Amino acid sequence: MCAFQVEPTATILEIKSMFHKSSNLSADSWTVVFTEAKSLKDEDILQQLPVGTTATFYFRDLGAQITWAKVFLAECAGPLFIYLMFYFRLPFIYAPKYDFTTSKHWVVHLACICHSFHYVKRILENMFVHRLSPGTMPLRNIFKNCSYYWLFAAWMAYYINHPLYTTPYYGQQQVKAALIIFLFCQLGNFSIHVALRNLRQPGSKVKKIPYPTKNPFTWIFMVVSCPHYTYECGSWVGFTLMTQCVPVAFFTLIGFIRMTVWAKGKHRNYVKEFRDYPTLRSAILPFIL
Amino acid sequence: MASGEEDGSLEEKENNNKKRAKSAIATAWLTFYNIAMTAGWLVLAVAMIRFYLQKGTHKGLYKSISRTLKFFQTFALLEVGHCAIGIVRTSVIVTGVQVCSRIFMVWFVTNSIKQVQNEESVILFLVVWTLTEITRYSFYTFNLLNHLPYFIKWARYNMFIVMYPLGVIGELMTIYAALPHVRKSEMYSMRLPNKYNVSFDYYIFLIIIMLSYIPLFPQLFLHMLRQRRRVLHGEVIVEKDE
Repeated sequence: MCAFQVEPTATILEIKSMFHKSSNLSADSWTVVFTEAKSLKDEDILQQLPVGTTATFYFRDLGAQITWAKVFLAECAGPLFIYLMFYFRLPFIYAPKYDFTTSKHWVVHLACICHSFHYVKRILENMFVHRLSPGTMPLRNIFKNCSYYWLFAAWMAYYINHPLYTTPYYGQQQVKAALIIFLFCQLGNFSIHVALRNLRQPGSKVKKIPYPTKNPFTWIFMVVSCPHYTYECGSWVGFTLMTQCVPVAFFTLIGFIRMTVWAKGKHRNYVKEFRDYPTLRSAILPFIL
Repeated sequence: MASGEEDGSLEEKENNNKKRAKSAIATAWLTFYNIAMTAGWLVLAVAMIRFYLQKGTHKGLYKSISRTLKFFQTFALLEVGHCAIGIVRTSVIVTGVQVCSRIFMVWFVTNSIKQVQNEESVILFLVVWTLTEITRYSFYTFNLLNHLPYFIKWARYNMFIVMYPLGVIGELMTIYAALPHVRKSEMYSMRLPNKYNVSFDYYIFLIIIMLSYIPLFPQLFLHMLRQRRRVLHGEVIVEKDE
């Protein structure tokens, strides 16, 4: 317990920093401030709050936190570099005679380009396209999230870049078809991200229903609520077909399950929020899911 | 207005009736299930004792009871379903992990790797499992019938302190004994190159399973300790008041 004297024009952020200085909390710890009535934001000003000449504030220590932006960066940069480690056959992965060689199959080179392109695109989108919420999550979540992406990336990359890799059964036809699917879905995914970004003005909190735009890739909005997940699954289906690798298929399947759960949640929120939400739309798969 | 209120309370009554009917069916099913499982593990216990008394050795004991064991242990998969649909208030994950580890031992170790069936460690975990399951299922049965004798509750929440570690030792020793046979036979394994571009080494998989006991066992053991404190500790407080 401690007491401060502040000006009525003080913001919660200032009160928080006074509290941090006087307490022993580490600089990384985030605190949430609330009165008996409700929780408060950094921008709230003291004199606008329903309190008298003395106000009682409660501080809850959330522990070390990390922003969404940093988490996404770690999740995407990891697989990018891990895959390349296997592609360039760094030592101690495969038998020593293969160190620093590259595969003789052209599909392996293509797969590396596609995989790397996918994650570079993701990183750039995180930096320039997505309007990420300023929210945070506990630091230990980053270990859980990153292990999922990093371990799967290592598992897939190990087999695709293996000296004993077997090329797809239907050869060039299969790889070409897979590449078309992959590129189509990457473009689609990017189009949706741009469309979602353009829905909201920077700083505004107004939620709007996304609609198809002039870009044909966005016409899928007519039948799906979360087409960015649909296109993402499509990309990974393409990658699975391209590499014909069971670990990739596994990753695609689990990714599909996760994204379906997220899509269903978002779809439910849309339907709850908007009375006139288009009834033709499904969550992630047109007319199916 | 009056009719509106009546309709409201009528719907509530109907819902309550449906809920009561569902919970009666659930209780009846769970009672039957737990009685059946108690009986099954009792049969296993009797069979094991009879074998040992007649033959004087543990060699061949596993083979004689393996079918019954596989049946009743596999049946326990239903318990995961019970948690999932909510008629039993336990975490699906905790139950899932425990049942899966049993299924794994029975079907993928002792069933598939016949050379370990005569190991002493097998008898160790069989005895532990049998004692634990008879106590556990009779606990559930009496609890559902609202006639729980204190000694069963005491047994259920105290025996595990000895049984759990002994069982883990038996299981780990059995898997360890199986390793050389798996290495030689390369069972359940798949090598590169193949058209699926995946490989699986059952030998390494078994080692990973053994290592996974290190984080998992303390968590499950602590979970049981917490349950014990909650159930037995609560009992003590009531007695004090009296």
